[in-house]
Amino acid sequence: MTPTLAIALTAIFTAISCAVLGAFLVLRKMTMVGDAISHAVLPGIAIAYLLSQSRASLPMFLGAALVGVFATVVIEILSKKWKVQSDASIGMTFTTLFALGVVLITFWSDKVDLDQECVLYGEIAFVPFNTWSLAGQSMGPIALWSSGILLLIVLIYTFTGYKGLLMSSFNEDYAAVLGIGVGAWNLSLMSMVSVATVISFESVGAILVVALLVAPAATAYLISQKLKPMILLAALFGLSGSLLGYLISARFDTSIAGGIATMLGVQFALILAITQFTRTS
Amino acid sequence: MFDLVLIKVLFGTLLLASSSAVVGVFSFLKGESLVGDAIAHALLPGVVLAFILGEGRHPGYLIIGALTAGLIAHYGIAFIEQRTKLKSDTAVSLVLSTFFGFGILLMSYVQRTGQGQQAGLERFLLGKAAAITMMDLYVFMGLALLLLLGVALFYKGFQLMTFNEDFAAAIGLPTGLIRFAFTVLTVLAVTVGIQTVGVVLMAALLITPSAAARSWTSSLPRMLLLAALFASAAALGGTFISATLPKMPTGPWIVLVLGFFGFSSLILAPEKGWLARRKRATSNRNKTQRENLLKLLYGAEERAGEPVAMTADAMVDAREAHYEGLTMTLRNLKKEFLVVERPDGFALTDMGRSEGRRVVRLHRLWELYLTERLGMAADHIHPQAETMEHVITPEIEALIVKELGNPEVDPHQSPIPYEED
Repeated sequence: MTPTLAIALTAIFTAISCAVLGAFLVLRKMTMVGDAISHAVLPGIAIAYLLSQSRASLPMFLGAALVGVFATVVIEILSKKWKVQSDASIGMTFTTLFALGVVLITFWSDKVDLDQECVLYGEIAFVPFNTWSLAGQSMGPIALWSSGILLLIVLIYTFTGYKGLLMSSFNEDYAAVLGIGVGAWNLSLMSMVSVATVISFESVGAILVVALLVAPAATAYLISQKLKPMILLAALFGLSGSLLGYLISARFDTSIAGGIATMLGVQFALILAITQFTRTS
Repeated sequence: MFDLVLIKVLFGTLLLASSSAVVGVFSFLKGESLVGDAIAHALLPGVVLAFILGEGRHPGYLIIGALTAGLIAHYGIAFIEQRTKLKSDTAVSLVLSTFFGFGILLMSYVQRTGQGQQAGLERFLLGKAAAITMMDLYVFMGLALLLLLGVALFYKGFQLMTFNEDFAAAIGLPTGLIRFAFTVLTVLAVTVGIQTVGVVLMAALLITPSAAARSWTSSLPRMLLLAALFASAAALGGTFISATLPKMPTGPWIVLVLGFFGFSSLILAPEKGWLARRKRATSNRNKTQRENLLKLLYGAEERAGEPVAMTADAMVDAREAHYEGLTMTLRNLKKEFLVVERPDGFALTDMGRSEGRRVVRLHRLWELYLTERLGMAADHIHPQAETMEHVITPEIEALIVKELGNPEVDPHQSPIPYEED
């Protein structure tokens, strides 16, 4: 497998997983919670890294996912029980946790091989060099495997949980009447977002994963009326945006993650312009 | 030498933190805290472009670049919110992440083309207070003054816009202009603030001081002052910690200290804090439990026609009391001479009887009021009265008695027990 293909496939797998989850975040008006989770998992990653001494291990994913869910719960408590504005609850929680993460990474800098740049915008260009082997047989890049597994998990989750996700996204009261646990679906979605964030973290970093979550889904939302086409379109926009971003970055030799986020933004702007134009004419 | 650097950093962070906090209060009260977060992230491409065009770090270019990017981001968010069906959270996070991504793209371009002075740009990500030069300090001091002046000048307008935008428009205030002024001030505050904490953690400087201040006061001027104080204290604390510990970053420590202030305020503040509210809830529950016990004993006496005693177990069996805190409630009642403990259980004293009578009277009066005046069915009124009997004040009681014309019996034909005087 060529390095280019490995990078492109990792980017595509990650983008599609995030786009599908993002569609539900957009519908639930919870994109900023996704943003918060992507920042908040940092201390979890730092601690899990310190304990397991590796970048892609099960304890790391679990630890970080736990912190992500913890952040969701703190935000819920602040806004629902303590009556803090939801915006402020999100802002307070994620900045404090992210700052804690940076401090921990600095504190253990000789033991934890993560730097601030990697945290912020990832190192997808290094994906081909981090390989693993099974029984002496080289199995290829770790990130490619983890993003592929992520895509599989996300697809299984979406297919099996489709009805619950659909109902609890559109009408919480109706869902509650049907006996669908809105709180449980919320928590499960947030756990999925946490896992997706952690897996994407190394390749695209904490903030650009938000672009992957939000931009394709928002673009799809502009031109679709139903959930199924919206999810499909979001996945498509995630795919095209990451391919275009990769090509542009390769052409100008810039940050791939930055290129992908930029192209996702350009795609949104284009579709927005088209919808505005056709609406007024 | 070290001391001079430290003082410079201290003074700088102090100024930067308090000016962002003041602006943050208004967006906090408007419920738009995260727009400031988006603007902070969106400044990155503006700052990097200014770096490329200005061939280095020049505060003037930097401010123009930041201002342009910030305004584009702000009006971009507003446009998406107004012209599409996307909700505000999506608009905010979309602009935030794609602008930031574009900034990263530009930054990596600058890095690869080797335009040098890379360190000057890196610090915008997570801040680098130690890199503040004397020149920066003067510029940002000027900006902070401008900010405070702007807030003072537009105070009335901001206040009205924050609490009731429609009203502000109705009385003829130029809301568009005030919004623009507020956005410019926010962008300036963010431009100044990212020098210390960077774009990623800027939201903390805008939001957390306000959230902390809000739990201590409800007055806007006091909130502004408190927010600035919290931010300054955090700036001081964070700078000291990072100066004391080896290779610790200043920005994240300021944010951590700020977070500590924020969360402890939310927990500890009197009245609005979590502990205070919990205490209030407990004391309400205790009062309800006391009054229910007295009512229970009074009811038993009423049925028996003579003073009776009840054991704690009998009280629980009567379903009026819950186990939790029952012994303590009885002990307190005994201490206040409302009940006496006899070998066969607890009995009312004269004082306790009068109190129990009051609760029963309020219960029956309210039931009567609900059926007579509000037309509720007699079989629906009991749960309502169970709540109201603990709430009605003597003044309201007198009014109800007058309204109903000194009634004798309640809807279930039980007598309404007045105080015999």
